[in-house]
Amino acid sequence: MSTVAYITARGLFGRRRVLLLLPLPLLLIGLALICRAYDVSPDQWGQPVVQGLGLAVMLPVIALIVGTGVLGSEVDDGTIVHILTKPLARRDIVLAKLLVAAGVSALTSAIPLFVVGILADSVRFGLALAVGAAAGAIAYSALFLLLSLVTRRPVLLGLAYILVWEGLLGRFVSGTRVLSIEQYVISFADKIAPTGMLDGKVGIPVAIVMTVVFAIGGTIYAVNRLAAFSVAGETS
Amino acid sequence: MSTVDLQNVSRWYGNVVAVNDISMSLQPGVTGLLGPNGAGKTTVLHMMAGFLAPSKGTVTIDGSPTWRNPAIYHTLGLVAEREAVHGFLTAYEFVLACARMQKLSDPVAATKRALERVEMTSAQDRRIDTFSKGMRQRTRVAASLVHDPQVLLLDEPFNGMDPRQRMHMMELLHSLGDQGHTILFSSHILEEVEQLSGLVQVIVAGRLAASGDYRRIRRLMTNRPHVFAVQSSDDRRLAVALIGEKSVSGIEIEATGLTVRASDYGSFTRALPRIALGEGIRLRKLLPSDESLESVFSYLLEA
Repeated sequence: MSTVAYITARGLFGRRRVLLLLPLPLLLIGLALICRAYDVSPDQWGQPVVQGLGLAVMLPVIALIVGTGVLGSEVDDGTIVHILTKPLARRDIVLAKLLVAAGVSALTSAIPLFVVGILADSVRFGLALAVGAAAGAIAYSALFLLLSLVTRRPVLLGLAYILVWEGLLGRFVSGTRVLSIEQYVISFADKIAPTGMLDGKVGIPVAIVMTVVFAIGGTIYAVNRLAAFSVAGETS
Repeated sequence: MSTVDLQNVSRWYGNVVAVNDISMSLQPGVTGLLGPNGAGKTTVLHMMAGFLAPSKGTVTIDGSPTWRNPAIYHTLGLVAEREAVHGFLTAYEFVLACARMQKLSDPVAATKRALERVEMTSAQDRRIDTFSKGMRQRTRVAASLVHDPQVLLLDEPFNGMDPRQRMHMMELLHSLGDQGHTILFSSHILEEVEQLSGLVQVIVAGRLAASGDYRRIRRLMTNRPHVFAVQSSDDRRLAVALIGEKSVSGIEIEATGLTVRASDYGSFTRALPRIALGEGIRLRKLLPSDESLESVFSYLLEA
């Protein structure tokens, strides 16, 4: 399992794609620094920057880039065959990939959110955002990992989930929020450090249960899909 | 010693039948899987390697099904046709990672052994990205040999190799076969199979067209009627002389020359210059007109 994780991590950091992880965190911290430098009250910039950019865009986009990169790219170029022709339980392969995806996404999004949380309010708020982001990273990663096994267009479908389901429908149709990982993250962070900047719309019990459902359900389904992974011939 | 068994295996995609009711048993030694492009060779190999479920029938290695059974990869090695490798790793890192994933007791020693077997030790510390096609192929073979599998499946292993590499690979497969490994390689090139293997399974249009010793099948192939286009300084006189030759089964005289049907390729091609010389006729053109592999295979299918 550790070898799978090692190859996955090498693959992730060996591609140019990894550079895509940088701009959003930099933009987030940059915006927060500018607002602080000009003494704008956090009441004015806190919500749009932290929630609007950090939680609604940066966290899911990073998780999407990483989550579809750990398995989807190997499925795409066929290198997955080298991992599948080994006597490894499919569960271990999926868990190793998930571990790398969730770990990298959690780190790359929790650190800037922690910094921005401090700039906006307090260390406690920063920690709350980091914890929420880590939980969200696990759920998002499980979802996007699964997407790369059920569809040939995982990035497109993932973007549709982030932009249409969470971004658009989540704003107007309250029922869709129950299936929105972004909303769970907001609820967690708001519960740990209530500031008035975040606007959680799902209850904590729902958020906890649904995060677990996404993480475990997505993983189990992904293991199943990988066990039945078929390679079709190219010429015959 | 391991055997691979296919029992009445079919595979279809929607309403397209890729493999149609194939039964075969692969024993230790080298076997060639021969057939034109699109015949279903890769589909058969993928089913053997556990990457495709048969729509009907069973595929087993030593009695265990290959589909949804990762444990078979202890005894099975696969060199797929698609040459994708983790190009960001060096050959050594790649083979070592495979050895580790095979959970071998001494992965480092196994890696060295495998790289020596394919003569890749001198380039083992270069990234696979920088390799030529043949070097990549050898690296992939090393990776699939690292756990010394009893069964090795190779899909078009000679594609992209230069003659020397080809020769070396053939020697390697031979020695593995002699040591009691069960080796199956697919090819659409007759000569590759001829040099490598005594046993052949021929697949045409998803069906098993012939199976058994290569020489028997080769005879079937050489005994089929061959069609030649011949032009000479005196077509009509040549036709008269040729019809007396035993290996000629029919001649047509056309405005552009002769169409000669020969029952035996070898005797006819030897007899023709002798006859022409004897008659004092100058040959201008001799063209075998149905030498495409497809025609050979479809003849086999009829036989």
